[in-house]
Amino acid sequence: MSEVATGYNFAYLDEQSKRMIRRALLKAVAIPGFQVPFGGREMPLPHGWGTGGMQVTASVIGQQDTLKVIDQGADDTTNAVSIRRFFARTAGVATTEETAAADLIQTRHRIPETPLRNGQILIYQVPTPEPLRFIEPRDSETIKMHALREYGAMQVKLYEDVARFGHIATSYDYPVMVNRRYMMSPSPIPKFDNPKMDRMPALQLFGAGFEKRIYAVPPYTQVTSLDFDDHPFEVQSWEESCAICAAQDSFLDEVITDDAGSRMFVCSDTDYCRQRVAQQEANP
Amino acid sequence: MYVAVKGGEQAIDNAHALMRKQRRGDTKLAELTVAQIQAQLPLAVDRVMNEGSVYDPELAALALKQASGDAVEAIFLLRAYRTTLPRFGYSEALDTEAMQIERRISGTFKELPGGQILGATYDYTHRLLDFALLAEGEAAQAAREPASSEPLEPCPRVLELLNQEGLIERSRNEGEQDQTPRDLTREPVTYPAERTVRLQNLVRGDEGFLLALSYASMRGYGDSHPFAGELRTGRVSVALVPEELGFAVEIGDMLLTECEMVNQFHGSATEPPQFTRGYGVALGRSERKAMSVALVERALRADELGEMVAYPTQDQEFVLSHTDCVSANGFVSHLKLPHYVDFQSELEMIRRLRREQQTSTQQTDAEQNDV
Amino acid sequence: MSAQTAQWQDVAPLLQVRELSKFYAPGKGCGDIDFDLYPGEVLGIVGESGSGKSTLLNVLSARLAPDAGQVIYQSEQFGELDLYACDEAQRRVLMRSEWGIVHQHARDGLRMNVSAGANIGERLMAVGERHYGNIRERAQAWLEAVEIDSSRIDDRPSQFSGGMQQRLQIARNLVTHPQLIFMDEPTGGLDVSVQAKLLDMLRGLVAELGLSVIIVTHDLAVARLLAHRLMVMRRGQVVESGLTDQVLDDPQHPYTQLLVSSILQN
Repeated sequence: MSEVATGYNFAYLDEQSKRMIRRALLKAVAIPGFQVPFGGREMPLPHGWGTGGMQVTASVIGQQDTLKVIDQGADDTTNAVSIRRFFARTAGVATTEETAAADLIQTRHRIPETPLRNGQILIYQVPTPEPLRFIEPRDSETIKMHALREYGAMQVKLYEDVARFGHIATSYDYPVMVNRRYMMSPSPIPKFDNPKMDRMPALQLFGAGFEKRIYAVPPYTQVTSLDFDDHPFEVQSWEESCAICAAQDSFLDEVITDDAGSRMFVCSDTDYCRQRVAQQEANP
Repeated sequence: MYVAVKGGEQAIDNAHALMRKQRRGDTKLAELTVAQIQAQLPLAVDRVMNEGSVYDPELAALALKQASGDAVEAIFLLRAYRTTLPRFGYSEALDTEAMQIERRISGTFKELPGGQILGATYDYTHRLLDFALLAEGEAAQAAREPASSEPLEPCPRVLELLNQEGLIERSRNEGEQDQTPRDLTREPVTYPAERTVRLQNLVRGDEGFLLALSYASMRGYGDSHPFAGELRTGRVSVALVPEELGFAVEIGDMLLTECEMVNQFHGSATEPPQFTRGYGVALGRSERKAMSVALVERALRADELGEMVAYPTQDQEFVLSHTDCVSANGFVSHLKLPHYVDFQSELEMIRRLRREQQTSTQQTDAEQNDV
Repeated sequence: MSAQTAQWQDVAPLLQVRELSKFYAPGKGCGDIDFDLYPGEVLGIVGESGSGKSTLLNVLSARLAPDAGQVIYQSEQFGELDLYACDEAQRRVLMRSEWGIVHQHARDGLRMNVSAGANIGERLMAVGERHYGNIRERAQAWLEAVEIDSSRIDDRPSQFSGGMQQRLQIARNLVTHPQLIFMDEPTGGLDVSVQAKLLDMLRGLVAELGLSVIIVTHDLAVARLLAHRLMVMRRGQVVESGLTDQVLDDPQHPYTQLLVSSILQN
């Protein structure tokens, strides 16, 4: 592990900036699913690489906290490594790969398979916080649409899917309604993970760095995925099971194993997979 | 047995080491110094200062060196450094009328008080590669010192001359006070954004993007008929009022380029036809940037002037949300990050849709065969 | 017609327009506009291009704030509403429930990249319908009502002819049973035979559903077929108004006379 960097404040950001972000977070928690504008700071990582999540993590992390960082469910992808190192260097906090041992989990594109508990915080990196963005490019308009709950246009997209394919064909970043009031982007997690958000005991915080928006889902809040009464929401399923731990209930990544295009499937959540293998070895 | 690929940590360390080696290049050649970059590539340094939003030629030169000459990467480095700097205070508004001018031109009047001063410019050079430079022979053609001109007369702004006749909108109304601009690096931008915020955004904006937008606005994608009222470059002193003193103290000076564009305006229900202004300013000798800012700035005033907003160049949200090269570069380059999970979801969906389509085609074929 | 006029006078006007004006530049826009529109009434606004009639329509339909004046609308949901003094939220609710707007170019009023069914269903979904089967059923019924083969429900508007696009736009507006429709040159750019069919259908729907309509057109034949009452505009001012037959058969203002005679000459 790299040594702790000198010359920077604890967790990089200055305390005023952190306070400003925490104020935005408090507002976000008070209005679940509402996007709170905040004075997003420039970070030493590029926009789109997790600067929003990092600012949130920097603002809520304490010296006693243990941090886990995942990207695509895995602890060892380059971007996860890079962000984990950043906090190890600038905050000197303990890090872990074990979901249950973490106080804070910063994630890109997945929710861990191991259920989270109350007291943990899940921090999502968000590229495009506005679920209506590809229906309406203007902020000045989407703000009104949220204020007035004008969500018909999003339903049009789902209608088109059903009319064309017989079912809803959005597979990730699948929009949700939070607490029956605000439409929210769950960030580009697979829709497989959407049900985990509903009434999750952990606090869920979302940070979008260059769009300068923060939003939140407080513990035990209702989160429902959009659908039709006669075409209810459903998640992906696999015929295969994980080639390493044989899990049938986790999100599987496809791995191409040779030039002939042979494939195998493994858990995208590396920690979950490892825990299962350890358990199997302990109780053969 | 399959083993998931590990070793992200090692890969990152190796990549950084390779990058340092590549940046140094052939070690038989002398290493470039930051001082050389600052002294001999000043226009590149100016661009990095502008978009990096820090007036510090040395740090901008350092950033250029560290970034192997990649302007966008250098700007990013400077920005990331800037964000950690404490704020001591805000300077007084700069008085650019009192600028110590080294170059000043106007496209609207041949003769004007203070005169036209061509200064140093590439404008009238023939763009022929100078092979003497290749032979490192710059010394041979060392510039003749220009005959020192008489002390400069005061240079009132050209547009103020039009103002005396009432032919141009006032830059500020009778009795209107200077507004303290909001700091867009501290507060999020909300739309519609006021002019001070728009200008800040543009000054930090990507030079190429702004240049292309101004070009478009002049080619018919925007109701723009501009004249370069005045372009001036020179040093301006910076003053600060320290709290404990209560009066302004000069703390230094900075090199700036300022541009005022004059645009036609057809008049509205309440305003007679007159000229309007587009304003641009940039750090260092950044004429292209200052002019582009002025042109885009004017195009973005369409709404407040009651003009039809019909083109992207006039659309605040479109322009202001896409000017920042650090953001643009970050978002485009983030496609290099893994998207395994999203892609897996799409893969599963496409396969399913194709399967369904195939089944239904087979069914239709079977039905037709039955007939 | 006069019996109908008498009947209108007994009920409260749907729309009251008072001293309305909106100018972009001197002579560009509209000014001093005053009139009432009664439930079930079709008002035609005629004049040549540049006369300010489209500006007026935009101001009347809450899409362009006036410089001065009032538009008061009798809403089913909110009661009497001063359009530019009320909350924007209320205006937006009107737009997707009690009002319809039919644009001259169908592509301005349709979502060209989604199917005909989705175009019609959008307003239903906007007011909370969440049953796919029901939405589809209603869309089918409305396609038939505007004489489009319901088997085309999954086709995109771009695959439709101009006349069909215009009829789809009308169906999309009518699905939530609005009480007031704004139309801007609804037959502009269509072939004469297609125009006739569309006008015929519009006349039927207006009568059947008891719609109130404000229609802007430069085509006096369209005005004569659809409108009960006419306002003639020139350079942003109303120069003459009255019952359609009266205005067209016995024009008083020289400009109206010119308009009518130029039609006759064509």
